[in-house]
Amino acid sequence: MTPPYETHEHDVLIIGAGGAGLRAAIEALAHGASVGIVCKSLLGKAHTVMAEGGVAAAMGNVDAADDWRTHFRDTMRGGKFLNNWRMAQLHAQESPERVRELEQWGALFDRTPSGDILQRAFGGHTFKRLCHVGDRTGLEMIRTLQDRGVQLGIDVYMECTVTRLLKDGDRIAGAFAYWREQGRFVIFKAKSVVIATGGIGKAWKVTSNSWECTGDGMALAYEAGAELLDMEFVQFHPTGMVWPPGVQGILVTEAVRGEGGILRNKDGERFMQKYDPKRMELSTRDVVARSIYTEVKEGRGSPHGGAFLDISQKPADYVKRKLPSMYHQFKELADVDITKGPMEVGPTCHYMMGGIRVDAETARSSVSGLFAAGEAAAGLHGANRLGGNSLSDLLVFGRRAGAAAADHAKNSAPPSIDPAQIAEAEREMLAPFERAEGDSPYAIHHDLQEMLQSHVGIFRIEADLRHALEELEKLKSRAARVRVEGSRLFNPGWHLARDLRCMLTVAEAVARGALARRESRGAHSRIDFPQLDDAWGKKNIVTAKRDGAMTLAEVPVRDLPEDLKQILAEEK
Amino acid sequence: MPEAILRVFRGNAEGGAHAEYRVPLAPGMVVLDALHSIQAHQAPDLAVRWNCKAGKCGSCSAEVNGRPRLTCKTRMDSLPLDRPITISPMKAFPVLKDLVTDVRWNYEVNRKIPPFQPRPGVQWKMEQADVDRVQEFRKCIECFLCQNVCHVLREHHENAHFAGPRFFVRTAALEMHPLDGASRTRLLREQMGLGFCNITKCCTEVCPEEIHITDNAIIPLKERVVDEFYHPMRLLTSRFRRK
Repeated sequence: MTPPYETHEHDVLIIGAGGAGLRAAIEALAHGASVGIVCKSLLGKAHTVMAEGGVAAAMGNVDAADDWRTHFRDTMRGGKFLNNWRMAQLHAQESPERVRELEQWGALFDRTPSGDILQRAFGGHTFKRLCHVGDRTGLEMIRTLQDRGVQLGIDVYMECTVTRLLKDGDRIAGAFAYWREQGRFVIFKAKSVVIATGGIGKAWKVTSNSWECTGDGMALAYEAGAELLDMEFVQFHPTGMVWPPGVQGILVTEAVRGEGGILRNKDGERFMQKYDPKRMELSTRDVVARSIYTEVKEGRGSPHGGAFLDISQKPADYVKRKLPSMYHQFKELADVDITKGPMEVGPTCHYMMGGIRVDAETARSSVSGLFAAGEAAAGLHGANRLGGNSLSDLLVFGRRAGAAAADHAKNSAPPSIDPAQIAEAEREMLAPFERAEGDSPYAIHHDLQEMLQSHVGIFRIEADLRHALEELEKLKSRAARVRVEGSRLFNPGWHLARDLRCMLTVAEAVARGALARRESRGAHSRIDFPQLDDAWGKKNIVTAKRDGAMTLAEVPVRDLPEDLKQILAEEK
Repeated sequence: MPEAILRVFRGNAEGGAHAEYRVPLAPGMVVLDALHSIQAHQAPDLAVRWNCKAGKCGSCSAEVNGRPRLTCKTRMDSLPLDRPITISPMKAFPVLKDLVTDVRWNYEVNRKIPPFQPRPGVQWKMEQADVDRVQEFRKCIECFLCQNVCHVLREHHENAHFAGPRFFVRTAALEMHPLDGASRTRLLREQMGLGFCNITKCCTEVCPEEIHITDNAIIPLKERVVDEFYHPMRLLTSRFRRK
């Protein structure tokens, strides 16, 4: 078809090799599909590796009263009822089996005295529900999944970045990508594509996210005509490091609070008493993040502009055993011994509740043959995600996406790809090398991060959001004239130039959604509309590209069936 | 503002040389921060691998003043700043560009190790005490620094016959899993070259996760191989069988 290009053909192509992508790959393979998985980094380095606190699953190993109904209710309440209820139901019902499966593939979780998987408390979860391995649960998960996938025979294309989805009429036909190492272009032909590219945090200045989290999948899907959902909901994790400057934003696991960590302001006051006296430090992330932010804003912050988080009342060897990476992280990077004194923490951009709009059962997007799972997909978490629900999300919907993508491939003829699409994709990638002048991608990225941090942060207001949209237009035109130096050989400046465009697309969707939703709900806090609004509580915002422009539409939240309404009404 | 001078390897498979950059220092700065500063202001195409910047992913391995380190965990203030800091790619792997090396060989070795195989009819119950020693091995973040310093690979290039410390750790995690029923001792002896290791403990010294690679993984595996292939009673019985 396209002789000058290296071409690979699969039934199912998966973009992203974190938890969702790997789980999808394993399932698609089990359904008899040939599977290729593309990832920007080396295998096993995806952002899942950084997940710390645990995977939420109502197994009832520690609190026997737990069951899927309570998990469902907690998830819906945490998401302020904007969640896709069917996703929340499937997630709560299926996550225990997904965790047991990991154990059967060799994962080793911490144990209860009776030899079962140990579970810990976390914010917004009624019961002790998070299966964990100290504070390195994500590492255990990704190693287990990657070893399983490799043994089963998935083809892995490491350090390879997809820049465009290819289509055959209205259906998906594959993807155009480049090898990061040599800068050569490569084409993947596929009947189904699963997007599992994770989040968008790298668009903000203070973030827990790695360089990879640039919203690629959301932007690729949007450009290919898919709908995005709930883009205004960006989670700021309450506890990132604040000092020294180089580590600002690095995650401090919620497990610190799950294990009994206490938050105080500079006056020694346990301030969560004021904001959520019932749940205190184990309130939901939106509430704790706003509380810390407010304390700092009102002059009661720690020396470096955060709050104090203290776990030193627990025995030192307990802290070292249950939170080993936190112990080392603070000791080595901040000269703080957390067994002896408090950490300084503050909010950090962490997770995207919004993303590609998908069908609950099949993870299918609005484009034929295109699926999405994990952080790149939207719906499960509504307006705010509970800690621990992301790792279970990856497993439950990664599996469902893999199965549905394989089934779709079985019933589809091989696609054909119009060479003009490929020529355009190549032209777009090479243009930055040909410009004699233009901004450096690093400078534009820096300005985007500063702008979003100050104008589209935890608290939002109309004037800021309008200003943000104006600034985004300027940044977009600068990005269209970006200049790249050097060769195509492993060139991070060139790579950033492409990722930047994805960040700009997604940032615009976030700002537009935030401007449209004139209320405060979950992670979306409007200073000018500080209350929940029942009318907005019945609507999701859908973003799509129509006639070349970003358009927003309000769609009604689907009504719950009676049995689920009953569960939500129960008090616990 | 105080500055540091970094001498960073610039080059590719064909060769290269160290180039000098001046970088302003900030409190708590790590070597990876300095490399990022060079990328942003002086050399946009400087190739560096990194992901988490928190010592959890094992991507940013390099040699800092000759010592294999994670650059995200190496504080600038832990280095002598009165002279240039030399940063080179890991020596045991072929250079692709600048600080990025070709580590694919590791993934090929990994593929050969038979996966976890639960014993038939196993009950999924485990004591924490039994899990502890395997969890130590499972802390590995695959930074490949242990592979980089192992002289069997670094000086003798025995990659075809020797799997290296990382994969002894991985094999130990499988062999010592309380519910695993497979045996990998023949593989260790015949294909992974466990016998080449002469226990110099260089791997243990550089492990950022402080895994006791030699004492807790390699030596117990050597004992297993000896038990299986060189145990006096077994040797005797196998001799009888042969007759």
